[in-house]
Amino acid sequence: MKQSLKLAGPSAAEKEFISRIEEAAETDIKLCYQCGKCTAGCPAAFAMDSPPRQIIRYLQLGLVEEVMGAESIWICATCETCSARCPRGVDIASLMDACRREALAAGKIRDKKVAVFNEAFLNGVKNFGRTYEAGLLLQHNLKTMQPFKDAELGLPMMKRGKVSILPDRIKGRDQVKKIFQRIETMGRE
Amino acid sequence: MPLGYYPGCSGEGSGIEYKMSTEKTAEMLGIELKELEDWNCCGATSAHNTKQLLALALPARNLAIAEQMELKTVLAPCAACFSRHRAAEIKAREDEALRSKIEGIIDMEFKASSHTISVLEWLAQDVGIEKIKEKVKKPLKGMKAACYYGCLLVRPQEYTGFDDNEDPQSMDKIVQATGAQAVDWAYKTECCGAALATSRPEIGAKMIYEVIENAREAGAECIVTACPLCMLNLDMRQAGAEKQYGVSLNMPVYYLTELLALAGGYSQEEVGIPRHFVEAGLYLNTLPAKAAQMEAEEAAKQAKAGKKGAAKAADSEEDTEAKQKKIEAMIKGFQKNPDKMALRLIKDEERAKILAEIVVSDEKKINKLAELMVSDQEKASKAAEAYVNGELKKREK
Repeated sequence: MKQSLKLAGPSAAEKEFISRIEEAAETDIKLCYQCGKCTAGCPAAFAMDSPPRQIIRYLQLGLVEEVMGAESIWICATCETCSARCPRGVDIASLMDACRREALAAGKIRDKKVAVFNEAFLNGVKNFGRTYEAGLLLQHNLKTMQPFKDAELGLPMMKRGKVSILPDRIKGRDQVKKIFQRIETMGRE
Repeated sequence: MPLGYYPGCSGEGSGIEYKMSTEKTAEMLGIELKELEDWNCCGATSAHNTKQLLALALPARNLAIAEQMELKTVLAPCAACFSRHRAAEIKAREDEALRSKIEGIIDMEFKASSHTISVLEWLAQDVGIEKIKEKVKKPLKGMKAACYYGCLLVRPQEYTGFDDNEDPQSMDKIVQATGAQAVDWAYKTECCGAALATSRPEIGAKMIYEVIENAREAGAECIVTACPLCMLNLDMRQAGAEKQYGVSLNMPVYYLTELLALAGGYSQEEVGIPRHFVEAGLYLNTLPAKAAQMEAEEAAKQAKAGKKGAAKAADSEEDTEAKQKKIEAMIKGFQKNPDKMALRLIKDEERAKILAEIVVSDEKKINKLAELMVSDQEKASKAAEAYVNGELKKREK
């Protein structure tokens, strides 16, 4: 995070970023009066560098770098408690979601593990049409360089019939692949 | 009309018990489940974390399939699948431009006309608690359960439109219908950590630990869920939370549908109990003994209450007897020493003397005064004054 004090208002690019986020989250950040109820009820706030209230404040002040660089947006579990309780009707969970997508598109990812997991998950869906849990965990472990993560759970899961040996491929997997391709050509949306 | 059915990806893997027990529950209720043909993954959290349109288009393909199959209602037992499909159908219904854009992306006709429902809505609303009660063959009496709703079954309320998002009751009512006790607790809608348990295990373990610990403090002996990710975290990752906090939790976790199917007479094997990570069969086996003990205690309590009731009746008999004795004593008092008795009712000596003169020759008045003196001294005095006034008037004449 920058140590220097920013006195100028948000730049044109930062303003554009903020309105894009507001539009995606279908919410108005100006409504927030910083009461902190979102942070008080957030079950993951204990692990965040900037809790939800602070993220909204950064957005209100146009401090885009601070938001993109916050680990918080990757720690948010999208449990929706903040949005449900906000007395001003600010959809904080959707803002967090929009921030993650922006950070991903900009290649600014504080928590690579989450992004790698998402990518592996969606690759599975794109190729098979369904999630292949066993393959997903293996791919995630290899890409995050933690080959033995959850290894103690592998055998017990197999024993309990909770791991299918082969991925479940759907007949319409080409249709699903095309859904991914059409969206990729649409850019940011 | 059959109910549309979207089992979701976890049904083939980590959440296999949920699929088994949901199908058994439907069978028990006499409801035909019609699986969507060739359904695809809803995209879950990964899709809405990545691209908004992808998060709508993936469920939309399934909803379009449901429309082709003429299924008006689709049951999605997984909380995340339910939430994603419900979000897609609502967003498309509210925004015509978006709906037609999605049609283009999935290359299928999509009217957003079908309705996705969760297991809670299906059971509490569509089936109904009374119907569930009728199907219970083996009540789960003796069970103390913490009903865990988590996030997506109750939030966001604009999508779920069902139950209260801070203190929901639908699952509690369903669990109670099986004969089990649903405890009151504070963490019923707290988050289990969702994907954090996989991506950031130290954070996830704390969230898992707090949910289980709160249930235990509230007196619960097991947790009930209707979400395969909550189950994965609370059951499979409970050992990790125990390790991080150096405690032994041993909290069995059940799918709501497992409990229903068990109460409906299916075996533990048929609904998937032996597949759990935290031993879940032994607790179920202790229930008949607990129920028997509860029944014995209830019977003893009732017997005690009965005894007490009888004792109370005896008391009142004794009361009337004692009262009668007191009245007799008063009457004797009037007969033996009318002046003294009269002074107890009227302070004025002259008037008391007149009262004594009246009652000596009037047994009825003695009885009346004696009775009143035992039950209400004030009334007795008033009556005495009235007698004296009457006598004085008579004498004037």
